[in-house]
Amino acid sequence: MDNATEVNTSQLAYGPTEWDDYDVPPLTTGLSNEKMTMWAFLGSDCLLFAALISTYLLLRNRVGPDTDGSTAAELFDIPFTSVSSFVLLMSSLTMVLAVTSIGRGEIERCKMWLLTTATLGAVFIAGQVYEFTGFYREGLGFTTNISSSAFFTLTGFHGVHVSLGIIMLVTLWSLISRGNIGAERAETVEIIGLYWHFVDIVWIVIFAVVYLIP
Amino acid sequence: MAITEEPPLILELESGETKPSTGAFARPTYAKGWRAWVFTVDHKKIGIMYGAVAMFWFLWGGIEALLIRTQLLTPNGTVLTAEQYNQIFTMHGTTMVFLVIMPLAAAFANYIVPLQIGARDVAFPRMNALGLWIFVFGGIFLNLSWFLGGGPDGGWFAYAPNTSVTFSPGAGMDFYAMGLQIAGIASLVGAINLIVTIINMRAPGMTLLRMPVFTWMILVVQFLLLFALPVITVALVLLSLDRTFDANFFNVGMGADPLLWQHLFWIFGHPEVYILILPSFGIVSETLPVFSRKPLFGYSVIVISGAAIGFMGWGVWAHHMFVSGLGPVSVAAFSATTMFIAVPTGVKILNWIATMWGGKITFTVPMMFSISLVSMFTIGGLSGVMHSVAPADTQQTDTYFIVAHFHYVLFGGALMGLFAGMYYWWPKAFGYKLNETLGKWHFWIVLVGFNLTFGPMHILGLQGMARRHSRYGPEDGFDFWNLMVSIGAFVILIGMIIFAINIVKTWLGYKAGTIEQSPADPWDGRTLEWSIPSPTPEHNFDYVPVVTDLDDFWHKKYQKDENGKLRKVADGNAIAQLGDQHPHLPSPSYWPIVLASGLPLIALGLIYTLWLTGIGLLVLVAAIYGWSLEPHTDPDVGHGHGDDHDDHDEPDGDHSENLIDSPKDESTEEAPVG
Repeated sequence: MDNATEVNTSQLAYGPTEWDDYDVPPLTTGLSNEKMTMWAFLGSDCLLFAALISTYLLLRNRVGPDTDGSTAAELFDIPFTSVSSFVLLMSSLTMVLAVTSIGRGEIERCKMWLLTTATLGAVFIAGQVYEFTGFYREGLGFTTNISSSAFFTLTGFHGVHVSLGIIMLVTLWSLISRGNIGAERAETVEIIGLYWHFVDIVWIVIFAVVYLIP
Repeated sequence: MAITEEPPLILELESGETKPSTGAFARPTYAKGWRAWVFTVDHKKIGIMYGAVAMFWFLWGGIEALLIRTQLLTPNGTVLTAEQYNQIFTMHGTTMVFLVIMPLAAAFANYIVPLQIGARDVAFPRMNALGLWIFVFGGIFLNLSWFLGGGPDGGWFAYAPNTSVTFSPGAGMDFYAMGLQIAGIASLVGAINLIVTIINMRAPGMTLLRMPVFTWMILVVQFLLLFALPVITVALVLLSLDRTFDANFFNVGMGADPLLWQHLFWIFGHPEVYILILPSFGIVSETLPVFSRKPLFGYSVIVISGAAIGFMGWGVWAHHMFVSGLGPVSVAAFSATTMFIAVPTGVKILNWIATMWGGKITFTVPMMFSISLVSMFTIGGLSGVMHSVAPADTQQTDTYFIVAHFHYVLFGGALMGLFAGMYYWWPKAFGYKLNETLGKWHFWIVLVGFNLTFGPMHILGLQGMARRHSRYGPEDGFDFWNLMVSIGAFVILIGMIIFAINIVKTWLGYKAGTIEQSPADPWDGRTLEWSIPSPTPEHNFDYVPVVTDLDDFWHKKYQKDENGKLRKVADGNAIAQLGDQHPHLPSPSYWPIVLASGLPLIALGLIYTLWLTGIGLLVLVAAIYGWSLEPHTDPDVGHGHGDDHDDHDEPDGDHSENLIDSPKDESTEEAPVG
């Protein structure tokens, strides 16, 4: 019986290999599928923000014929937004610390940094909500004019990205707390970190293009 | 979300004696019946479902086309009102592009790519199922508009502000905008999955330049999707915000720029053209060598041309906008790039001809469809080059000449290639060949009908007949050719009916045993999918193939003797794998279809009443967490050695540690409720 099988498989174009049915051959690039997925998604997301930023740049001075000519840019509080931008940038630092600590097996420290990152992100979002509320009180709503629609859409999309990031961080924190993710899956933290850094970088672009360039 | 997935090979599915997991989130284990399809994560079943759903929409889009042609059969047609006509031609285009050709390509990509690269599944099987179900729900959602006040009526390109509430007050365009966003998510999910699969899961030894051309073209297409979809998503979001939340992006009264939509749409729209055609280019690059019994002429040149098309496709979008007043510099620049992009396409055509040149051609049905792609696409390509000449294009814009052009590339090109693929891979997917005689009838009738339908449109266009008009007058002199066109459309219908008869008849014959089981390698193929039995076993490959050549399987069959003469050393069917091993496979899952079902609810809520959006979001969030916390089914199920579980968990460790959110085994899955 064994013999017959042997003869049989030796005739095959593709016979048994060192990879039996419990194992799969190594990934072609060595980069894990999950991490590559995140990179691909971020590549796609770049184009999303590219389109939104282009749209904003095209429309930012269009206020229509019969409004008082107010654009979001005239209401910016640059020092305030600078501070909230700084907070968001610092969250990238704490994210790095979270990735480093889980890589070293320091679970508790990683959890602490993850929560810190999420908190800093939440502070940023709170700042954005405060800023938007202020604009609205000054009479600049989402539908006021073209410029305001473009501004709120661009910054709103970014805010949604940050919020999703916060949800992912908190989920990650709870999974680590429950013991579902340990040091052996440090890459999970790293992948969420990639997303978080991306969102930060996008904010640097938005802050520069929307807030700082006159 | 997108990053949570199990490692590809976990559960024994064979034999159906899987033991149900414990815990709130047990995975389904159906091996038979409709639930085996609905909850499947098998790339082959998913591919077949993509194809079946796409063929349903093909029927629907075809009916829409016939309604258009019935209306235009005679001058002053009275079959449709102008408003109905707008809706029908809009949905004909939208359906054929987004619900027929793209998913048909996805069907082949899903089914064939893992087989061609020697993998047992895609990188993320559940995400694959998610893409399918989002596409299914997106298509249904889009067509719900017919029952809820009328279809979209702004053309498949939906130029804003023409599609704003002012000019299109019905809900149709809302369904269009939301429906395409949903379908876009499906394509994005599929694109990421296939990119990772192709880049990371190739068989040992399969370098990029040993990859089959079809896989190559699918890779290029997925990158195009990856980068093009976010752009149209932004455009559609802006349109939705305008229509639903009173934003002002396209409000001309407030100073909006009508070119904004056109740019965003065509930055997506032109890569989309290549998204539609490149899979077919890949298919014929497989079939032409097989049926010419020659290697593909200039493999690397074809691959590089395909990649070049992928890059250059981003620099030509404004040739859709020559009459919109871009200014002479832009027009000249886009004219030039449009002429340039014909070069890599022409290179491919010449390579295919050189592949056939001097070959021992067998005129099977897939070969005939492939040849018709080469010839019909060339006609469409030539009229495309005509459009790159801006002054000529100015004359042709919005006439039937354009309609003729894009039907020659999309029907004569993309669809002919997809039919070639169907006949070619049918035995691999279903275990039997389609009937060749009926196939030839199908081919010739469709070819004649196709040319009768779209050939005269060139003439009508040059005579000045405008697109998208529901009527023409008897004094216009368009009667004769319109009659011919409409007759041609019904000839195509006859051809497609023959195709349907062919499918049903061969299936019945196969069931009754009068049609024999197809061998593993019925066409003397060149690529890895022919080295496994037909139909493909559940686990694809008994043993992971190790590849040393381009067209590796062919090199296993033919080798040079001492005189340098090519000799057949083995029969493909004799050396094919037997499908008798039982490697681990991923478990089915409930969550992809649940997650997908949240999206149309959200979209319906945005159109009608927000509480529906809330429900949709709840479904979505619950499904995401259910997905993330879903257990891996025990990898030893069905293997009868559950005791040494831990021993086997270790070899799995190298991919298990890549898991994101899924608990690895039962010890960690306790009661994740909520």
